Amino acid sequence: MTSKIKRGVSLYSFQEEMFLGKMTLDDVVGFATSIGAPGIEILPEQNMPTFPNISDRQIGEWQDRLAHRGAHFTCYDMFLDTKIRKGAVMSDEEQVASIVRDIKLCNRLGIKNMRILIFVRPDILEKCVPYAEQYDVHLGVEVHAPWYLDHAWILRTIEVADRLKTKHLGILPDMGIFMKHYPPAFRGRFERQGARPEVAQFIVDSHEQKIMCEYTIYEVAVKMGGNKAEVAMAETLRHAPFANPKRIADFAPYFRHIQAKFYEMTPDCTDPSIAYDEVIPQLVKAGWEGTLSSEYEGNRWIQDVEDVDSREQVRRQHVMFEHLIAKAETQVEPA
Amino acid sequence: MFDKFLIDAASLRNTGPTDAPTGFAFEAKLGYYRGLGLSMIEELNVSIDGEALAREAVTFDEGEGPITLDAMETAYDRRWPFGAPATIAVAHPGGFPSGEHRLGFQQKLRVSYLPFPSFNNDEKVVSL
Repeated sequence: MTSKIKRGVSLYSFQEEMFLGKMTLDDVVGFATSIGAPGIEILPEQNMPTFPNISDRQIGEWQDRLAHRGAHFTCYDMFLDTKIRKGAVMSDEEQVASIVRDIKLCNRLGIKNMRILIFVRPDILEKCVPYAEQYDVHLGVEVHAPWYLDHAWILRTIEVADRLKTKHLGILPDMGIFMKHYPPAFRGRFERQGARPEVAQFIVDSHEQKIMCEYTIYEVAVKMGGNKAEVAMAETLRHAPFANPKRIADFAPYFRHIQAKFYEMTPDCTDPSIAYDEVIPQLVKAGWEGTLSSEYEGNRWIQDVEDVDSREQVRRQHVMFEHLIAKAETQVEPA
Repeated sequence: MFDKFLIDAASLRNTGPTDAPTGFAFEAKLGYYRGLGLSMIEELNVSIDGEALAREAVTFDEGEGPITLDAMETAYDRRWPFGAPATIAVAHPGGFPSGEHRLGFQQKLRVSYLPFPSFNNDEKVVSL
């Protein structure tokens, strides 16, 4: 069967080069289309310096930037500053107003998917649904590690969406929830910070066996007398779940966009950590339509020893996607 | 995530009269993958050779004019954009000490989705 999975990139992936002024927004958009990933996910608070004040002229410049390169917007990553005032959390009304502000800007940009930070309360989102419907924006709660698809916090959003019978509230999975193997880039950084190889290996082995993280953390911190780097490495296990890819089909009706998180791609274009080889067949089998949007987050793990090359990393991920999608199309029978 | 890139060492300069500097200044970036409103930047700690300088001595300017850390607490309409240098000025009679010294810069951010404050740290050996 032919899948309807589309490919794109989040501008988040190029944060190192953009932060350092080595790539412009034009460069990033041009690169994305050059690798067959013309779907652009934007973080207005990163990529629009005058946020939240965006003129129609600026909107037009963005539309030209994308159109000239054959690209299009896929998703708007919102933020919510509930702690904007020191010592007092925003009222519910202010939170709704902030999200509605983003929904309106999202609509002005012609974007139909919004990434909602996972900490936003489901009852706040419920109040935003009428605006999401009016402006035709799908509010997708980011399912980010250590949460996972079946997590009770996520099910609360699903419950609201079902009860309201709305197509404008759901989820937006971050593929970091499918961390099957401990990322070598993490290990390398902790070893450079002083983690002993044998302790690092113990942590990697424990993750490989899917031992619940608190056992490993206690072993490392107390029984092995772990140093600062070793304890910090063990504590990353709290955020390193391997969710069951076979649950994807059950949740597929609730998401239209995926943040394709990754930390590193090997030169032969495989991901040593995230189980895309198990995830993509499930997406194809489910007949899922949406965009796999690269979210490279490896820069912070290697920048201490090498120049980051986000372009090459993202390129390799898309070689892998092309391969895995094509392979799944030949193997998967329609559901 | 960008700790080693926060201080622009080449931008360090004295401020005030050349023969009697009243302080020093340097350009710095926000160590975060997005911009942030100034009210959520709780501390900008500057140190020389590990010795902290007074909070009151520091002012920040992203281009909208110098502002103290106390005033930043309620500067709800100003932001430090992603990847954009801002001027960190420090009142320090005599200016930056001569010779090589370690210039430290720490940012304490109130990021709403995190349960704890976020700290960014850079330290560079610099000389004027």
